[in-house]
Amino acid sequence: MTTLSIDHVSRWFGNVVAVNDVTMTIGPGVTGLLGPNGAGKSTLINMMGGFLAPSTGTVTLDGEQVWRNEQIYKHIGVVPEREAMYDFLTGREFVVANAELHGLGDKAAQKALATVEMEYAQDRKISTYSKGMRQRVKMASALVHNPSLLLLDEPFNGMDPRQRMQLMDLLRKMGDEGRTVLFSSHILEEVEQLAWHIEVVVAGRHAASGDFRKIRRLMTDRPHRYLVRSSDDRALAAALIADPSTSGIEVDLAEGALRVQAVDFGRFTALLPRVARDHGIRLLTVSPSDESLESVFSYLVAA
Amino acid sequence: MYDPTVARLTYRALLGRRRALILGALPLLLIVISVVVRGLAGADDQTASDLLGGLALATMVPIIGVIAGTGAIGPEIDDGSVVYLLSKPLKRPTIIFTKLIVAIGVTMVFSALPTLIAGFILNGNGQQIAVAYTVAALVASIAYASMFLLLGTVSRHAVVLGLVYALVWEALFGSLVSGARTLSVQQWSLAVAHKVAGGDLVTSDVGLTTAVVLLVVVTVLATWYAGQKLRSLTLAGEE
Repeated sequence: MTTLSIDHVSRWFGNVVAVNDVTMTIGPGVTGLLGPNGAGKSTLINMMGGFLAPSTGTVTLDGEQVWRNEQIYKHIGVVPEREAMYDFLTGREFVVANAELHGLGDKAAQKALATVEMEYAQDRKISTYSKGMRQRVKMASALVHNPSLLLLDEPFNGMDPRQRMQLMDLLRKMGDEGRTVLFSSHILEEVEQLAWHIEVVVAGRHAASGDFRKIRRLMTDRPHRYLVRSSDDRALAAALIADPSTSGIEVDLAEGALRVQAVDFGRFTALLPRVARDHGIRLLTVSPSDESLESVFSYLVAA
Repeated sequence: MYDPTVARLTYRALLGRRRALILGALPLLLIVISVVVRGLAGADDQTASDLLGGLALATMVPIIGVIAGTGAIGPEIDDGSVVYLLSKPLKRPTIIFTKLIVAIGVTMVFSALPTLIAGFILNGNGQQIAVAYTVAALVASIAYASMFLLLGTVSRHAVVLGLVYALVWEALFGSLVSGARTLSVQQWSLAVAHKVAGGDLVTSDVGLTTAVVLLVVVTVLATWYAGQKLRSLTLAGEE
């Protein structure tokens, strides 16, 4: 059982606060660290991995300090976001070197390469690898010493769907084996498919924590806003507001459109076309006006 | 203190195609010039000493030192691949010491060896000039490699700073301001060379004892400090 504890951790760079008083505990299983770009996820992961000192607060792994403690890496495997990785080596040479640095040999390296299914390309130079192959070799290098904590910074960036699925299966397996796996992502669906537990970070602050389904419900149940143009805006507005799925409508004269706020996402999307057809109204534009991830996150922070 | 895997990764990175070409170009130039000078002027001790002192020791050794010293760690820190070394249960000073050994070795091979060859071409090691400058190059390799390895650890502009030191401080200020000569790796290594050659062809502004003490102090301090800096090296995220 490996538990990573982040206790009142803040980190600032000059006047910029990147991480603001975050406290969280990451236990066994797969945890997703979710947040929009620039939220402080990488800063947080770098502190968890001991590559950055917290300005205040502590990061400990089973009670042991992570910062300035090389011995902690016997238990941690790190998959960094950055691409650079000794491109002049072959995949096998790279993983073997990583094994040797842990005091292990070829056998451990081969096992790790087999785990990520990269044996077929292990003798090719890393410089010839695709993004997904690089990611898998990085995984192999992080798994070579059988760590109990695996930290992955945006591991799915730039991967195609098949590679993404393979990596997800692998991480799920690691979690099932009882390892503590933490990965960061700014994509809701990735986290939804993989994580048992999520931690949401927005603008450096810890915005939400818990079971994914609960947080997902918060996200889908939030009021959705739509911009609607039709052949008869006022008649459409009157018909929509009669249904409880709609909580407010504004006639935007400048835009020549309706701004509709829906509270029941599923019901509203079924209602709108039906109402329009029943009243003989033609729908010209239906566009969600707050579907950006940032608005989802800011809603979460407010919730 | 020494890790063979770190050493292997370092020398393979250092001797990658492009860097190896740059490392090889200067020694080749020195040898070609030596052959031409010997062919035109014949064997002359003074000429040999001028060429080895002015071109080999004052220019080639520090430039090779900059390339090998900063190249042993700078690019890894710049592109972030150093994370694969830092995320291992390895003492940071071990990483630095190993990289230093590789940087010293590469600097010696690409600067001291060609100096010896050039010396033999120029005057057949008359008055021990070839050997004296080779010893100077060997000694200077150690100090330069440690200084520039430290620069590579602390600065993103290590190559530029290193070249400024090597070419502006040592070459320019050294010839204009006598005080600058006391604080010059080149002069310290010349003091050692003077001891080897004897006579007046190889001279230094610094006494042998001072030179040896300063060489040791600079090398040890630079290496120790680089180890400390690596312990608290921060890997910034891409955000």
